[in-house]
Amino acid sequence: MNFLQQALQYIFSAENWAGPAGLGARILEHLQYTVVAVAVSALIAIPIGLIIGHTGRGALLVVTGVNALRALPTLGILLLGVLLWGLGLLPPTVALTLLGVPPLLAGTYAGIANVDPNVVDAARSMGMTEARVLTRVEIPTAMPLILGGLRTATLQIVATATVAAYASLGGLGRYLIDGIKVRQFHIALVGALLVTALALLLDAVLAAAVWVSMPGSGRLRRRIPQPLVDDEMRLEIGPPRRTPDYSGRDPAPPGGGASPTVEGW
Amino acid sequence: MNYLLSHLDTAWALTLIHLRLSLIPVILGLLIAVPLGALVWRHRALRRLSTFTASLVFTIPSLALFVALPLIIPTRILDEANVIVALTLYTTALLVRAVPEALDAVPGSVRDAARAVGYTRVGQLLKVELPLSIPVLVAGLRVVAVTNISMVAVGSVIGIGGLGTWFTEGYQADKSDQIVAGIMVIFVLAILIDLIIVLAGRLLTPWARRVPAT
Amino acid sequence: MITFTDVSKRYPDGTVAVDSLNLEIPEGSLTVFVGPSGCGKTTSMRMINRMVAPTTGVVTLAGQDVSTVDPVTLRLGIGYVIQSGGLMPHQRVIDNVACVPVLKGQSRRAARRAAYDVLARVGLDPKLGERYPGQLSGGQQQRVGVARALAADPPILLMDEPFSAVDPVVRDELQAEMLRLQGELRKTIVFVTHDIDEAIKLGDAVAVFSSGGSLQQYDAPARLLSNPANDFVSGFIGADRGYRALQFSSASGLVLQHIATLNSDEIDSADLMPGEWRLVVREDGSPFGWIDAGGVDRHRAGSEIYDSVTAGGSLFHPADGTLRSALDAALSSPSGVGVAVDEFGAVAGGVLADDVISALAAQRQAPPPTTD
Repeated sequence: MNFLQQALQYIFSAENWAGPAGLGARILEHLQYTVVAVAVSALIAIPIGLIIGHTGRGALLVVTGVNALRALPTLGILLLGVLLWGLGLLPPTVALTLLGVPPLLAGTYAGIANVDPNVVDAARSMGMTEARVLTRVEIPTAMPLILGGLRTATLQIVATATVAAYASLGGLGRYLIDGIKVRQFHIALVGALLVTALALLLDAVLAAAVWVSMPGSGRLRRRIPQPLVDDEMRLEIGPPRRTPDYSGRDPAPPGGGASPTVEGW
Repeated sequence: MNYLLSHLDTAWALTLIHLRLSLIPVILGLLIAVPLGALVWRHRALRRLSTFTASLVFTIPSLALFVALPLIIPTRILDEANVIVALTLYTTALLVRAVPEALDAVPGSVRDAARAVGYTRVGQLLKVELPLSIPVLVAGLRVVAVTNISMVAVGSVIGIGGLGTWFTEGYQADKSDQIVAGIMVIFVLAILIDLIIVLAGRLLTPWARRVPAT
Repeated sequence: MITFTDVSKRYPDGTVAVDSLNLEIPEGSLTVFVGPSGCGKTTSMRMINRMVAPTTGVVTLAGQDVSTVDPVTLRLGIGYVIQSGGLMPHQRVIDNVACVPVLKGQSRRAARRAAYDVLARVGLDPKLGERYPGQLSGGQQQRVGVARALAADPPILLMDEPFSAVDPVVRDELQAEMLRLQGELRKTIVFVTHDIDEAIKLGDAVAVFSSGGSLQQYDAPARLLSNPANDFVSGFIGADRGYRALQFSSASGLVLQHIATLNSDEIDSADLMPGEWRLVVREDGSPFGWIDAGGVDRHRAGSEIYDSVTAGGSLFHPADGTLRSALDAALSSPSGVGVAVDEFGAVAGGVLADDVISALAAQRQAPPPTTD
């Protein structure tokens, strides 16, 4: 636990925060890479997801595209980028965007595609234009999954932005990589702790956003979608079913009803 | 391309290491998460607890976990065991949330009928609910496997082996073709693993393949 | 025998699903629970196989309180059919049917062999056994659901709106199959539906529930139609009660009139007054349609026979017919005379509405023998 104590000591010493190579600067650099990459990913992935989800055309493209992008190794792209384009914001942005697009695209598409088709149908018959159907009905309903995709993307980007340090770029990875290189493990631990703290913070904020975006009542009752696997699994699970659901009680009682674990078994 | 062709044997050796490091955690994760997930599935409080813990674990960046784990278990950062334990923790954390979700996707009427027909609790889980949750689980498993492959590659920045070393070496030596070769191999590898999982899923779900006759 | 003694079901949020139910279901009968949604009919039925536990009261099966029996053992001994079939989508049809015998310990091979017989019994081609439920039509799936419930030969069957999700033509077939099967097997069946006509058609006894879970009337269908206990029941039964009750009156005593018939080649030579009708028959004696004076003229002028003849109404079968089918035959006929046919489909005579009413009056004098 010596390393842990040393690391904590380091973090809580004010002088380590100041200066261009200080903790403060590194955190800001890290945030910068993250925010830029997330923004670009969102700008690319969300419109595509909305269009394909709404029109239903090109669904195969989404599924294969998402899988293919996930298969691309971020580190390789980043380092290749630095060799080709030199140091700067471009290589990490490109590499991290490729990482962030799949969950955002999967989440957006799944969110829109899983809106109850009856509701969309009713909206159209009421006389809503396609654009209105999208903005007034589909997007609000899909918000939890879209924001869930955003959460996943942010999480992965924050975590992977640490590798930018390998290419002599900034960010909290600096501590991780340098610490290991000079065998001062408490420095590496500083990086690890701060990145984790940053990730937890961003995750908490976005989880709250997902929760707030859940439409209708019953927020306290329902679970929020969880990062990473939920987007893909939603595609498989599909839209809410119309067949009667026997969860251990008569379909008639409103609201709650006894929990299935209490009834019968 | 040329780089790859002239270094096929190293490519093969590195691939094996890479596969070992990324796939063993997937298998271990499945073995732990499926029973665990099935167990917490119907207990609201337990499920919340496991979901929360899993989310915490998953939020820890992988590099950080590689570095911090030796504080808790008797390994060194670059030990294969360290990487495998870290990635197993990840995989388990992901799957222990995915398993209950996949089980939830089984239609309520089928679960009701199974219970009414006379299946025991365990029998129902093993013979009805788990088989029917496979398609959704496979969707999650694909993501987990491919992500693992990517995380092992990322690990090379702190010295972890596998195909990621072509990235670090190529960068140090300013050889972009080596990096490109690495990207290609990992890409193909990930796609292949993805395909294998999909095929395995299809094999296990013959009922989903058949087109309605009538 | 199944009994409900003071059974109630109350949910934590205050909803009352079943309210003080007292009911005795005799062995070997087909009892229908009917009522609007939220009336507790399904909840009550599901208390029999312990899928729902009563808040108060006792449900007994063959004298034993069901809450004292191991639920799995209980359910293995009760057949259960639900609206959407509830078939295991990941198992072949034959394995779905063999499900309960296998759970009870029979070898899979023996259970499968027996399952083919059950499939045939519910009217399905055994070849369908190799398919998956997703490959079958809705009606076929429902039959498989019934087969699965019957496979272990349980003395009791619980059926929850099993025929609601199929189209009316298939529903009629399934209902007829159900009556036929029950005639052979004589099981104790509890059948839930929201359709009062289905209840009347199938049930030996019908229990009418109202919203809030209280039993309004428990009677044979004929008595339900003739003596509804209160406004709710008569309202639920709906219009034309009197007319529908006729289906329980046998038409065996009905006198048939003679009908003047024509063969198709005799049409041109027929001489009809305005308002007179003749029945055109085919060579085998089966009715083709009615023709009047105008039709004869058209035919003489060269019209096709199909354009000259007016289609007839429903047919009456004196062998097993009821007063209702006799009356309907008379009312739906363009000539006012209903056509009665024998077991070969050949015209046996005519039915007049007046004769039906007279027969009904005669039955009222003496206690009528009812068909069920």
